[in-house]
Amino acid sequence: MLKQKLQDVLNEPACATNQAKSTQDRRKGCSAKALVPGAAAGGCAFDGAKVALQPIADAAHLVHGPIACEGNSWDSRHAASSGPRLYRTGLTTDLQELDIIHGGEKKLFRAIGDIIERFDPPAIFVYQTCVPALIGDDLVKVCGLAAARFGKPVIPVNAPGFVGTKNLGNKLGGEALLDYVIGTREPEHTTPYDINVLGEYNVAGELWQVTPLFERLGIRLLASITGDGRYHDVCCAHRARVNMMVCAQALINLARKMEERWGIPYFEGSFYGIGDTSTALRTIARLLVERDAPADLLTRTEALIAEEEARAWTRLARYRPVLAGKRVLLYTGGVKSWSVISALQEMGMIVIGTSVRKSTETDKDRARDLLGPDARLFDQIPAREMYRMLQDGEADILISGGRTQFTALKARVPWLDINQERHHAYAGYDGMVEMVRQIHLELTNPIWTQVRAPAPWEQGA
Amino acid sequence: MAEIIAHPRKAVAINPLKTSAPLGAALAFLGLDACQPLFHGSQGCTAFALVLMVRHFREAIPLQTTAMTEISTILGGADHIEQAISNIHQRARPRIIGLCTTGLTETRGEDMIGDLKLMRARHPEWHDLSVVFAPTPDYTGGLQEGWATAVTAMVNTLVPDGEATPAGCAPAVRDQINLLAGSHLTPGDLEVLREIVESFGLTPIILPDLSGSLDGHVPDRYIPHTLGGTRLEEIRAMGRSVHTLAVGEHMRGAADALTQRTGVPFTLFDHLVGLAANDRLVALLSDLSGRPAPPSLRRRRSQLVDAMLDGHFHFAGRQVAIAAEPDLLLALSALLAGLGCTIRTAVTSAASPVLAHVPAGRVTIGDLDDLETGARGCDLLVTHAQGAEIAKRLGIPLFRAGFPLFDRLGAAHRVTVGYRGSRDLIFEIGNIFLDHRSEHAPGHPPLHHEEDDDDRTIGSQAAAG
Repeated sequence: MLKQKLQDVLNEPACATNQAKSTQDRRKGCSAKALVPGAAAGGCAFDGAKVALQPIADAAHLVHGPIACEGNSWDSRHAASSGPRLYRTGLTTDLQELDIIHGGEKKLFRAIGDIIERFDPPAIFVYQTCVPALIGDDLVKVCGLAAARFGKPVIPVNAPGFVGTKNLGNKLGGEALLDYVIGTREPEHTTPYDINVLGEYNVAGELWQVTPLFERLGIRLLASITGDGRYHDVCCAHRARVNMMVCAQALINLARKMEERWGIPYFEGSFYGIGDTSTALRTIARLLVERDAPADLLTRTEALIAEEEARAWTRLARYRPVLAGKRVLLYTGGVKSWSVISALQEMGMIVIGTSVRKSTETDKDRARDLLGPDARLFDQIPAREMYRMLQDGEADILISGGRTQFTALKARVPWLDINQERHHAYAGYDGMVEMVRQIHLELTNPIWTQVRAPAPWEQGA
Repeated sequence: MAEIIAHPRKAVAINPLKTSAPLGAALAFLGLDACQPLFHGSQGCTAFALVLMVRHFREAIPLQTTAMTEISTILGGADHIEQAISNIHQRARPRIIGLCTTGLTETRGEDMIGDLKLMRARHPEWHDLSVVFAPTPDYTGGLQEGWATAVTAMVNTLVPDGEATPAGCAPAVRDQINLLAGSHLTPGDLEVLREIVESFGLTPIILPDLSGSLDGHVPDRYIPHTLGGTRLEEIRAMGRSVHTLAVGEHMRGAADALTQRTGVPFTLFDHLVGLAANDRLVALLSDLSGRPAPPSLRRRRSQLVDAMLDGHFHFAGRQVAIAAEPDLLLALSALLAGLGCTIRTAVTSAASPVLAHVPAGRVTIGDLDDLETGARGCDLLVTHAQGAEIAKRLGIPLFRAGFPLFDRLGAAHRVTVGYRGSRDLIFEIGNIFLDHRSEHAPGHPPLHHEEDDDDRTIGSQAAAG
């Protein structure tokens, strides 16, 4: 069954990367290239599934496996919640040697019962991991039995780490929502302005930089999937008029299948960058109006965009004198890069290169258009080469995820975090101003001259 | 003698205290110079451990994966290991690869030692590469146990057997001693221990030595594997030391192995926190070196005594709830109880002979939920960074100790060993008590002592897994 699901997810027709591949490559799946023993980096499918689902804040998230899967990772992401805290509780069956010999199904069943008794959550997500998958624990069966016994939704998330990469796990997480959650409940009322946002995890509270914009337009976020999410809201998501897909690579299967099943149109958009935020709002308004929302939404949206853009550019202007001419190396996966490039350029910054390792051909063309002929598009920069580039002063600042943080810092070069462990929120108009503010703070921090000064014994050397 | 409570029927760990054994093994390997730890498992096993160590140390951590998939697990992973070692050998050129298994590959079961032998025969170009194999299934023990397994494997693989090789029979170096460091010692602790040993004119070989590799220095070039830590030559020379100090009960296995291979006798310290433990250390170093304790140490001992005199008022009668791996649990609870605190709740991650010596009525092998349940009404929580939310919920101050400490700067540099480290630890915890003095005064129910209503005979009990 998992095998079928994997084939299905790996064949995703709406995935541009996937469509660009030959039939043979497609069959190998998204992960075929990435997994080189001794030279691999990145999370597993379980990691991805957890990233995608754990932000549902009022649900319990139980990891069925030995201690490593949950013990080494619980409560490590800054997906914020405006209320419930249960999602931050680390829950695992902590399988021991005897459990593996006898099978973990009974322990899992009891664990589910204990959690319901203790926390009484609206639902429990149960994550499969490699070891119980290998010994044949039937996750779907146990969850079914437990749901029947305890009268609660118990959702099996069948994405053991060894089936593939984090990205594949995101999609398998989405499949669990389709199979067990979305459509299992009706909203109390609906409006012509109901939307879902898919693939926004409210890292550092970014969703909250966008929801005020929705509110001002009278757009209702029916379900956030899954940042600051609530289980019952996600159950009702099938009644939305429009789906906006934020992290395109992650939940595209979910968006497409919701369109198939419930006729909800979707589009891919981003809240990173001023232009992209405006485009996203415009597209939401257009799609809602196409689905019979009153047409004045379009003019109201344009008015809001004009006001917010003007406000943002005014606020950004004061940073321009310092930032103009500074060279940026942008090193991150996915869509985030393109979205911020234009804002950085508007500040007069020069983007000397960007990574395209998770990007489609269309994305690459877009980057070339934005950056001009001199910029370099990197698939992957080996740490050694990146250290050399920074040491040689090819960039004034590295903007990247945590993985390359210390490459920059050890080269004594400014660094800005745009990974999921970051502490600042960069979404929407306010978020872009915040990002530029943070770049400014980092570039002008007084430490740089201090830490680059030679030691006494190096003077005159 | 503390009674030890395990929960054989408990089905779910709530807010785990424990991190995994392979993570502990990797951490130990990071204390070797020019080493690259490698997990034989799915890439997620490596990613989670890596991220946690990066957050704790705020350093890039070299840790690789054999990137096992579902199919390679079923078919057997030997070729993934071979490919991983080849790739690492070519790209990073480490001198040592620390190969750790995981729950995944241990469940499947592989003849790793046999496989490695065959691989080496196929790869003569690996002649300058040592591969140390540590079997660390995720489903047995935690960080401390994984660390112990790795250090024992280092000794058995890298220290020449005294009987078998003539080099091992070389005369002892009179002022050289070995120090087998437990996982509860920070890079900062090891730096201090080296200084103490050296102040007696002795030269220590510390295994593993995180103070060389994870002490947060800024190297002047890019190195893909560890830089600093115990060098291979030093490990090979351990057989010529006059004595071995092992710090932490979990280092007993490695110390035994070293004695068996080389005949070098060892002395085991559970920990080096507090006056008594450090007096024992100083007496031993004096004996080994034939030198009296240097004036600087005498002065520091006096400062520790003074800190105890000044501080004990603030510790006396305080109720403490503490969750830590066994050896750290013993070290900290002994210090706190030694200043007059009551250890009301003690939680640990795994069974260990030291638990019986923890100065508490009982020790629970459990999780941070056991800590939270037992901490109500306490004056202080002691555990790693994951206790912060619990402390907030309960409104009890938290003293962070153990691994991970991802919400603190300088986790690697905190020193709690030696006279001076113990002195500073008393100040640090005492100041927390001082800060929270009034909150627990009027209107607060009188202190409740667990032993008051405990009519059981307190004794030790065999603990299950």
